[in-house]
Amino acid sequence: MKVTKVLLTAAAVSTLATAAMAGTLDDVRAKGFVQCGVSTGVAGFAFTDDQGNWQGFDPAVCQAVGAAIFGDKSKVKYTPTTGKTRFEALKSGEIDMLARNTTWTYSRDVDLKLTFVGVNYYDGQGFMVPKALGVKSAKELDGASVCIQTGTTTELNLADFFRSNKMSYEPVPIETNAEARTNYLAGRCDVYTTDASGLAATRATFENPGDHVILPEIISKEPLGPLVRHGDDQWGDLVRWSLNVLIIAEELGVTSENVEKLAKGSDNPEINRMLGAEGNYGAMLGLSKDWAVNVIKAGGNYGQIFERYIGPKTPIGLERGLNAQWTDGGILYSPPFR
Amino acid sequence: MSAIEFERPSFKLEDLWTDRRWRGIGIQVIAIGALFAFLAYIVNNTINNLHLLGIETGYGFLSEPSNYDINQHLIEYSSRSTHARAALVGILNTLLIAVTGVFAATLIGFAAGVLRLSRNWLISRIMYIYVEVTRNVPVLLQILFWHALVVHSLPRPKQALEPLPGTFLSNRGFVIPSFEFNEGSWVILAAFVVAIIVAIAFARHARKVQDATGKIYPVISINLAIIVGLPILAHFAAGQPVGLEWPALKGFNFRGGLVVTPEFLALWFALSVYTAAFIAEIVRAGIQAVSHGQTEAAYALGLRPNWTMRLIILPQALRVIIPPLISEYLNLTKNSSLAIAVGYMDIVATIGGISLNQTGRALESMSIVLSLYLLFSLLISSVMNWYNKRVALVER
Repeated sequence: MKVTKVLLTAAAVSTLATAAMAGTLDDVRAKGFVQCGVSTGVAGFAFTDDQGNWQGFDPAVCQAVGAAIFGDKSKVKYTPTTGKTRFEALKSGEIDMLARNTTWTYSRDVDLKLTFVGVNYYDGQGFMVPKALGVKSAKELDGASVCIQTGTTTELNLADFFRSNKMSYEPVPIETNAEARTNYLAGRCDVYTTDASGLAATRATFENPGDHVILPEIISKEPLGPLVRHGDDQWGDLVRWSLNVLIIAEELGVTSENVEKLAKGSDNPEINRMLGAEGNYGAMLGLSKDWAVNVIKAGGNYGQIFERYIGPKTPIGLERGLNAQWTDGGILYSPPFR
Repeated sequence: MSAIEFERPSFKLEDLWTDRRWRGIGIQVIAIGALFAFLAYIVNNTINNLHLLGIETGYGFLSEPSNYDINQHLIEYSSRSTHARAALVGILNTLLIAVTGVFAATLIGFAAGVLRLSRNWLISRIMYIYVEVTRNVPVLLQILFWHALVVHSLPRPKQALEPLPGTFLSNRGFVIPSFEFNEGSWVILAAFVVAIIVAIAFARHARKVQDATGKIYPVISINLAIIVGLPILAHFAAGQPVGLEWPALKGFNFRGGLVVTPEFLALWFALSVYTAAFIAEIVRAGIQAVSHGQTEAAYALGLRPNWTMRLIILPQALRVIIPPLISEYLNLTKNSSLAIAVGYMDIVATIGGISLNQTGRALESMSIVLSLYLLFSLLISSVMNWYNKRVALVER
C-alpha cells in the first residue's frame, strides 16, 4: 500500500516536471504570477525596499514581463538565487525566468541549455582596491589576495588575467555579494573583483565610498541579461520582447508619462504598432493588444529605469556609457518593432 | 545426543502463503524486488527527463581544464589543471581537515573527559561549562564565529604579530617557516624509517626483559629520543640538506613559508573543539563505567595512580569508549563539508561547487562527492571496528 503511494507520488512529481518544460505562459497564467529569479542583493540592481518588495534594475525586467501578461507589475514573485543556485533553479522549473546580472556566454547558452533573450546591461569585470594601497593599475596586483564570488564567470576571467600577466594571487572564494563586502572591508582580501557595475553598487553601500578606487582595467566583456530555459520559444519571445519594448520605448521617446496619450494614436507608425493602435501584434505573443503600454507604464522605459535605480543621480552613480542608445553613441540596439 | 531427524516435506506452491517460513522469505523477496524496481524507476526517470531537456550526461568533463584557481592545494595545481585534479585537491583538503581534526579532537576530548572527573572543583566546573557550551551551539555558527574572529580581530599583514621570530599572525592566516628539502634529504627520511624499526625492536625487547626479570625500562621516553634524535643526527651528518624557508612580507602578502589560511584555522578549530566536547562525555562515561573496585584493587597491589589509569582503568574503559568514538570521528569528517560556509576549498567546494557550477554537470559532480564521503566513512569505520575488536573483552 505504502509502496504504491510512494510510486504514485513519484510518478505525479515526474509528470509535473515534464509538463513544466513547455507552455510556460499557460502555467504562469494559471498560477497568476511570474516566478522570477533575482540575486540575493546588489545595491541598485536588486534590493528589497522598506516594505520588503524587490526593486531594482533587474527586478524591473520581471515587472515588465508581469505587466505584459497580467497588466499589473505586482504579479511577480521573487526567488533570491546565488551564483551557484541560479541555473538549477531555472532548469528545474522552480523559476520561470532569471533576471540576475548573469553573463551571456557560449557554454551557458549552448551547453547548459539556457536561452539568453537579450542584454539589459553591457558590463565588464573590474577591480576595486582601498585607496590607501596606492595601486594605480591591475597590473600591480601581483601577490594580492582577491575576493571573488564563486560560480561566476569572473572567477574564470580572474584566473586567465593573472596567468596571462604572469602574476600570482590568492583567491578568496565567497558565496554572496554581502559576504564579499564584509571580507573586503575587514581586509581578508586586498582586492574585490566582479562586474564594474557591481563594484560601483557595492562601493555605494560603504561608509566611506571615497576611500576605495575602481581600477581602470576592464578585463572582460560581461553582457548581462535576462534568460529562460531552452524548449519554450513562445515564452522566450515574450521575455525578449518585453525587454526590447523597454529599449525601443526610450529610443522613440515613449515614457511612462506620455504612453497613455500615445497609445491613442500618433504619427509614428512604429509607436502605433508597438502600443496597439495599429495591427494586432499582441495576439502574436498570446497577449492583449495593449501589452506594451502596460510594460512601459510599469516602470517607464529603459532610460527611466536606468535613471531611477543606477543612474548618475543615484548613490550608485553609473554613467550610461556603452548602455546608451545606439543613436547616442552606445551599443543598446533593439531589433525594430515590425 | 543424537539429533531428531525430521522428514523434510517437499515444497508445494501453497506453502508460499500457508507455511510461515516460506511466507517470510516470499515477503522479503517481494520487498527487495519492489525496492529495486523503485530505484530503477527513479534512475530511468532522471535519465529520461535529462534527455528530454537535451542535457548531456557523462564524466567527460573531468579531463577538461578547470580554469579556476584554488588557494590551498597540497599538490601541484593551476587553472590549467583538469577538473579531476581539482577534485583531488579538494579530497586532500578534506582529508587534511579530517585527520588533523580527529587528532586534535581526540587529544582535547580525552583531556577534558578525564579533567571533568577531577576532584578539583574549579577544573571540573570549567570542563563542564566547556562541554555544555560547545555541545549546544550549532557547529556552523562556531565555524563562522571563529572565522569572523580571525578576519576581524587580527591585524592586517603589514601590522602582523610576530609571536616567535619568523612566524606571523595576521588576518590572512598564520605563516610559519617551512622546510626546504635540498639534495641529500633522503638520508633523513631513511634515518626516520630506521629509527621507527629500532624503536619497535626496542619495545619488544623491553617487554621480553620485563616478562623475564620484572625490570621496567622507560620505553616511551627512550623511543621518543630515538625517533626524534636519529633524523637530526642524520641531518648534521649529511651536511645539513634540510633548510628553513623564512616567510617575509613582500607587497600585499607574506611570501615563502607555510601559510595556514584563516578558513582552515576556523574550520579546524571549530570542528575539533565541537567534536572534542562529545568525546569528553564519551570518555567520562567510559571511565565511570569501570567499577571503582578495580582502582582499589590496583592500589592494593601497590600501583601508582597514573599507572592505575593507564594499565587498569583505560583499557577497560576503551571497550565502552571506542564504539561511540567511531561515530564522532565519522561526524567530524562529514561535518567538514561545512567548509563551504567560510570558503575552505574541500570536495564540496571544488568538484561539488565550482566545477559543478562552471560545467553544469550537477548529477555527475554530486555523485562523485557522495560516493567519496561514503568511501571515507566506510574506511574510518572499518579501521575503527578493527581496533575495537582488538580492545574488546575476549570472552572465553
